[in-house]
Amino acid sequence: MVDMSVDIAGLKLKNPVMPASGTFSEELAEVFDIECLGAHVTKTITRDLRSGNPTPRVCEVDGSMLNSIGIPSKGVRYFLEKTAPFYSAYNTPLVVSISGNTADEFEALCAEVSVDGVAAIEVNVSCPNIEEDGKAFAIRPSSTYEVMSRLRKATRLPLWAKLTPNTGETPEVARAAEEGGADALVVANTLLAMAIDTRTRRPKLGNLMGGLSGPSLKPIALRMAYQCAKATRIPIIGCGGISTADDVLEFLIAGASAVQVGTATFINPTAMVSIIAELEGRLSREGVSSVREIIGTVIDDEQKSGVVFMEAAP
Amino acid sequence: MGKVLSPPLAGTRLPAADVFERDLVVVSNDPVNGEYMRLALKAPLELLERCRAGQFFHLLCPVIGGETPYLRRPMSIYGFFPETGELHFLYKVAGAGTRALFHLGPGDMLNVLGPLGLGFRIEDDWQHLVLVARGVGLATLAPLALEARNRGRRLTAICSARHADVLMSIDYFRDMGADVVTVTDADGTSSMEHVEGVIETLVEKRGVDAFYTCGSNRMLLLLQKLGRRHGIPGEIALEQQMACGLGMCHCCVRPFMQDGKRVQLRVCREGPVFDIQEAMPW
Repeated sequence: MVDMSVDIAGLKLKNPVMPASGTFSEELAEVFDIECLGAHVTKTITRDLRSGNPTPRVCEVDGSMLNSIGIPSKGVRYFLEKTAPFYSAYNTPLVVSISGNTADEFEALCAEVSVDGVAAIEVNVSCPNIEEDGKAFAIRPSSTYEVMSRLRKATRLPLWAKLTPNTGETPEVARAAEEGGADALVVANTLLAMAIDTRTRRPKLGNLMGGLSGPSLKPIALRMAYQCAKATRIPIIGCGGISTADDVLEFLIAGASAVQVGTATFINPTAMVSIIAELEGRLSREGVSSVREIIGTVIDDEQKSGVVFMEAAP
Repeated sequence: MGKVLSPPLAGTRLPAADVFERDLVVVSNDPVNGEYMRLALKAPLELLERCRAGQFFHLLCPVIGGETPYLRRPMSIYGFFPETGELHFLYKVAGAGTRALFHLGPGDMLNVLGPLGLGFRIEDDWQHLVLVARGVGLATLAPLALEARNRGRRLTAICSARHADVLMSIDYFRDMGADVVTVTDADGTSSMEHVEGVIETLVEKRGVDAFYTCGSNRMLLLLQKLGRRHGIPGEIALEQQMACGLGMCHCCVRPFMQDGKRVQLRVCREGPVFDIQEAMPW
């Protein structure tokens, strides 16, 4: 028997595999028993109702996809009255993903969702900050620190900061999130991208641009997860293009303590179930007694920090 | 009928496997005319018994013949036959997904997810059903004929196409006991004015209890108008690009008018069949 449990800042997960926000909801429970997952992570909610972006909201690119959904949300009341009670039937920890356009909105929502039944709050700091030129909070260390320190005061629950790959300052942003009070980092969200239909010459997404996810994002997310693990002392949750047990191992070896699976679930709704089984089987065959033994075991020798934290391809 | 995927109840753990994800064996994959292909899959009884007209499957089109489709492709059910153990789809080769499907042959496997979404309603007092469709829209409406026959309802199918030789499902509708009216661009009978006249005659002579359509903006507008004029309800099957097909991603929304308010509903979950008066032209 392999011990598959991991610890994310005091929150014990039965295994290191959980869904990525936006690729999971109550509906997946119709396909398999979602109690098998390490955690349940909700779609990002906002305080107010939001209808989301124009369609098309999705298109595929070679072996991956772009989306521009725009965080449609039924608001915090719906979450408290419907979503949270649904997940209360499960023992699996519930992680609620939140977003706000301003630090004030974030802070208020953070307090409102800090209720019984919520085990941790994932902070989607990859969304635009409308008070500061519309750049995502997690583009810059200063805005990351500011919002995280406000949130730290608003809740006693563990805070997971979900970083964006659209920054050129990954280690600095990671440290700013840690200093601001993040208990863990989710690395990372989607990468800003674009596709054009050459026949109509129109962008393939209704909102012009969208986020790249799927296997082509994986090496970028892996690089960031590695850098964040080196830059901070808090647990890293890897996210980006993970679709096999081998992908999970790659992130764990790089320093992640757990992973999120997103786009792979769109292709195979039972992807997480297979990944958990494959991962356990592989560790068992390799004589590993605990998945935790794998975390951060990358053999990278003694690299200079300038190499570890490089922000441009050499 | 149709309400297969009810919303999850708070605090109730759902039984797993309400929806099937299965590798099914291809029985045949043959042209039905110059434009469309029919794909027949061997499917287990428990899957076929869950299927309803208007529902869809999310197909994992294979990486084959140089095609590399990535996301699943939603495709409405063309036919489901528990007696022969077959599930049918009708498709036109258009993009990477359908080009990949074209390469499938007997014995190959295709991974399907479904049946998904809400199918067509047939209320108990709807005795005469009228469907109006064109092109591949006829594929989505074909299983409605089967359901109508099974429930002993009268069905009139108004089938539209560019030419008579690409009219689809005519024989299928006739076999199901439907009255078939064909209209084509070639003989000038497919204009909305003419179709309106055909339907008005049906309303006057036989009475019509419900309209069904799929895929055409002009037909939607016509049936909305006729529905309002005569107080006849109706349903429309709609399409949208999808990612998950289950309702998680919110990619496949379309706008609808409900109680005077514009709302965004998911085609995969609240649809793909919607109230015809709530649907908005595109």
